Amino acid sequence: MLPIFVIIPLGGAFLIPIIAKFKEEWAQVVANLCAGLLLLFSVASIFWLKTGIKVYDVGGWKPPFGICMVLDGLTVLMLLVVNLIGCMALIFSIGYIKKYTAPKLYYTLFCLLLVGLNGVVISGDLFNLFVFLEITSIASYALVAFGTEADELEAAFKYLVLGSVASTLILLAIGMLLGHVSTLNMADISRSLNFSTSKELILYCLALFMMGFGLKVALVPFHAWLPDAHPAAPAPMSAMLSGVVIKTIGVYALIRVVFNIIGFTPAISSLFIWLGIISMSVGVLLAIGQWDFKRLLAYHSVSQIGYVIFAIGLGTPLGIIGGLFHLFNHSLFKSLLFLNSGAVEYSTGVRQLDKLGGLSNQMPVTSNTCLVASLSIAGIPPLCGFWSKLIIIIAAFQANNIIGAIVCILVGMVTLASFLKVQKYAFMRKAEQAISSIKEAPFSMQLAMVVLAVLCIAVGLFFIPFVDSIIKPAAATLLEGTGYAKIILGI
Amino acid sequence: MSLYLLCMVLFAIGLYCLLVKKNLVKKIIGLVITEYAINLFFILLGYRTGGEAPILSKDVVVTNFVDPLPQALILTSIVIGLGIMALMVAIAMRIYEKYKTFDINEIRRLKG
Amino acid sequence: MREAGMSLIVKRITKITVSLIFLFGVYIVLHGHLTPGGGFAGGVIIALSFIHLVLAFGKEVALKRLSESAVSIIESLGGLMFWGIALLGLTAGAYLLNTLPKGQPFDLFSSGIIILCNIAIFLKVGAGLFSIFIAMAILRIPEVDNKENR
Repeated sequence: MLPIFVIIPLGGAFLIPIIAKFKEEWAQVVANLCAGLLLLFSVASIFWLKTGIKVYDVGGWKPPFGICMVLDGLTVLMLLVVNLIGCMALIFSIGYIKKYTAPKLYYTLFCLLLVGLNGVVISGDLFNLFVFLEITSIASYALVAFGTEADELEAAFKYLVLGSVASTLILLAIGMLLGHVSTLNMADISRSLNFSTSKELILYCLALFMMGFGLKVALVPFHAWLPDAHPAAPAPMSAMLSGVVIKTIGVYALIRVVFNIIGFTPAISSLFIWLGIISMSVGVLLAIGQWDFKRLLAYHSVSQIGYVIFAIGLGTPLGIIGGLFHLFNHSLFKSLLFLNSGAVEYSTGVRQLDKLGGLSNQMPVTSNTCLVASLSIAGIPPLCGFWSKLIIIIAAFQANNIIGAIVCILVGMVTLASFLKVQKYAFMRKAEQAISSIKEAPFSMQLAMVVLAVLCIAVGLFFIPFVDSIIKPAAATLLEGTGYAKIILGI
Repeated sequence: MSLYLLCMVLFAIGLYCLLVKKNLVKKIIGLVITEYAINLFFILLGYRTGGEAPILSKDVVVTNFVDPLPQALILTSIVIGLGIMALMVAIAMRIYEKYKTFDINEIRRLKG
Repeated sequence: MREAGMSLIVKRITKITVSLIFLFGVYIVLHGHLTPGGGFAGGVIIALSFIHLVLAFGKEVALKRLSESAVSIIESLGGLMFWGIALLGLTAGAYLLNTLPKGQPFDLFSSGIIILCNIAIFLKVGAGLFSIFIAMAILRIPEVDNKENR
């Protein structure tokens, strides 16, 4: 039953243009129905996994001749992330989309984005992963340019050119691997690479994959598109981009290729650790001087993804658990922050922090959820961000990486400082002009924000059963490394 | 061997055009040349010495075909390239409408 | 008033060649499992026959033949047809399983669902390319004042 994650949004995306010709509002209904069904199925997949790893052969052809879809621990974690944030962003869009003039196109593109994201996560074949990655990328380029103002078009063009070059490099790496082992199934490639004789080719492919996926995940030498593209998109799309897309087509694809196909060596470990450390510091230092709300949040995304890559690069079981837990938490609180900024922009029309003020009286729901998310990203107990950062710092000390641990602590303090700045300027102080006509955001936007804030608090309070049931199986599949091949092909 | 090097030369020409030229349309052409160079490299991977085109018909007895799998993969990749090019040209046309120029030095409102 | 389109010779020849191009595209689509080509190449050729009309006669004549809303519906129908064929395989076993009867090899109606998939892809690709071209042809950029100073 694995293709259901791709069938549902694909049907939705093709039905919406026909249905919207008769009644415009039904496009919203179809899109939200698709997202709700996907969320139900991804919660159900936690229980499917209890009976073992599932492999589904598309078209009845057995691998390695055919394409297969795989459901293991890491897939379940990513499915939860993708569908939860997708559903919340669509509920938020019910109120937000009134500012734009073509809702039918927005919902079609959003459903195509969900097709691509779900397809990347469940694919078991390397070229299939590339095709779904391209579907995701093209849908996100079009959605970033959705408002067609001058700033948004320029940001979309920059994102488009850089993203296409990255996809071209990934395709070149896949081509080189195909020429070497003559198969595209991920388990089969990892089995054949054990008998290969040319280490230089694998190193070259690894370098190309690092460049390509590194640009999609916005690590520091390749992050130049992110501060322009994420603020320019409509707010629910910014939440999807920063909370889901860079994790799925960046972090998930990178760690699947590096851990399960090529194998994790100490050289790759130190590369990840240094890239993570540089991303953390550069991101947060560039963020603290920003006065645009969404641009500040975009730079913080660069910094927090640096945490994830640093933790996964440590290679120890505790490090990988910390990294994956921080990935899940970051998607929760960063999406919540972007949705908050969207609500503020919807009500006041202003994004600059020094022109806002005193919103905590007039927009209570928005300011309280923003407070929860800011405390969570800064790492204040007992919210979810504190536990994942604590696990990462403990793992860094255990692996004798003192520099990394100290950088983590310092970056955490600077993150706290910059979010205190956000809270003070946007919500706490007295308003400069009399903007007394500001109302609270519409009900659908409040619902999405409240659900995400409740989840932040709940995951923080009950993190031990959460980590045991969802994060530990995900870390186990990564730690198995190239033994993944025996499980998939043995079935 | 020299055929693969020529593919990389084509890739480098496309990359040069993307980086150095100042007109937006010329950058688009450079990116498209880059993508097609990679497609060409992929198809060349499937060549077998002395092979025939991999089409089976009623009266063919030769069994030395070139590899058809890369050709099927590249069909997909060409379609993806077409989609990206259409999107880029549409965005470039809208940029001309807003900024009144195609020069990349003038289109710099986002900084910092 | 300037007439839309090109000169008289082009218009005469276009009236003959448009149907030939359309027929050639349909041939490539239907024989996709026997000769090279298939859905995508045939779809591009059929879209080209409509673009040929736009270039020779101007876009009003072409849009009277095939209006924009009709193109949008054809495109969605093509996608839904492919989706439906894939779901049909799901009910019989696996997703995208080849369920329809396969006749003799090298016949026109052999190989199960591939011919239906080719038709679905040709509808989507042909309509999609034509609508991209029309969207770009309709866009009107306002004239820049005092062009001599640029």
